Amino acid sequence: MSPALVTGRPSLTCREFVEFLYDYLLGALSARGTAEFNVHLAACPSCVAYMKTYEASVRMGRAALLPSDDPVPSDIPEALVQAILAARGGS
Amino acid sequence: MLELNTRPVEEHSLLRRLRAGEDGAFEALVRRETPRLLAVARRLLRNEEDAKDAVQDAFVSAFRSLKNFEGSCQVSTWLHRIVVNAALMRLRTKRRKPEESIEELLPTFLEDGHHVRHPHEWRDTAEALLAQKEDRDFVRACIDRLPESFRTVLLLRDIEDLDTAEAARALGVTETVVKVRLHRARQALRTLLEPRFRRGTA
Repeated sequence: MSPALVTGRPSLTCREFVEFLYDYLLGALSARGTAEFNVHLAACPSCVAYMKTYEASVRMGRAALLPSDDPVPSDIPEALVQAILAARGGS
Repeated sequence: MLELNTRPVEEHSLLRRLRAGEDGAFEALVRRETPRLLAVARRLLRNEEDAKDAVQDAFVSAFRSLKNFEGSCQVSTWLHRIVVNAALMRLRTKRRKPEESIEELLPTFLEDGHHVRHPHEWRDTAEALLAQKEDRDFVRACIDRLPESFRTVLLLRDIEDLDTAEAARALGVTETVVKVRLHRARQALRTLLEPRFRRGTA
């Protein structure tokens, strides 16, 4: 838990913002922690940019790797299918 | 040779036929699911032969544990979990080189807690930035640059949609470790993507 979140120190640093961003985005912070994050965001364009680009990185990783972007080939590797059927027969 | 069956198979009827030991049902399942499972194994293993072996391992172990499958999820979901485990098993046996540090890819802060380098917004939405194939290839290459234990957690959680508990079980680590690694992996990926996508770049 962040010192600021525990001690009630009024403001969160950028380091603490980044450290607890994962929990913030999950909605896993306490009401007070979330409020502190919102106060920090309202005053810190750097952390706004960090949060937006962190979320963009997650979406871009997904979009770059998932089949909807790079369709699964419709041809089925016949040798593999036969190997699986043979392995099943022998199991 | 049995007839190629690529039509969606009614789930409960498929299960019943599989449990009855119908060869045709098993072959239909293998043909329906292999392309998707192979894509999962390729993402995790990055090696064609290893990926094929993992898919084969997965089907063999699925067939052996068919009687224990309670039908609480779709057969395709069940197979997805099995192939992830089969791929992780292969990854573990191959991982011999020492793990690289991720520290240099994490953001740094001044003593007062401010960013050393101020993050910039990017020049477009995530979706628009990936319109070109070379940009998607770049993102894939950046994910490949992550140290293995971080790359694996990122793939399981953000790409393969395992939840924290499932990823922790599959990797044999605690849920806290999964959360910490995922957050660091995302931060490191962000660091690697930034020079290409930040505002002011082409």
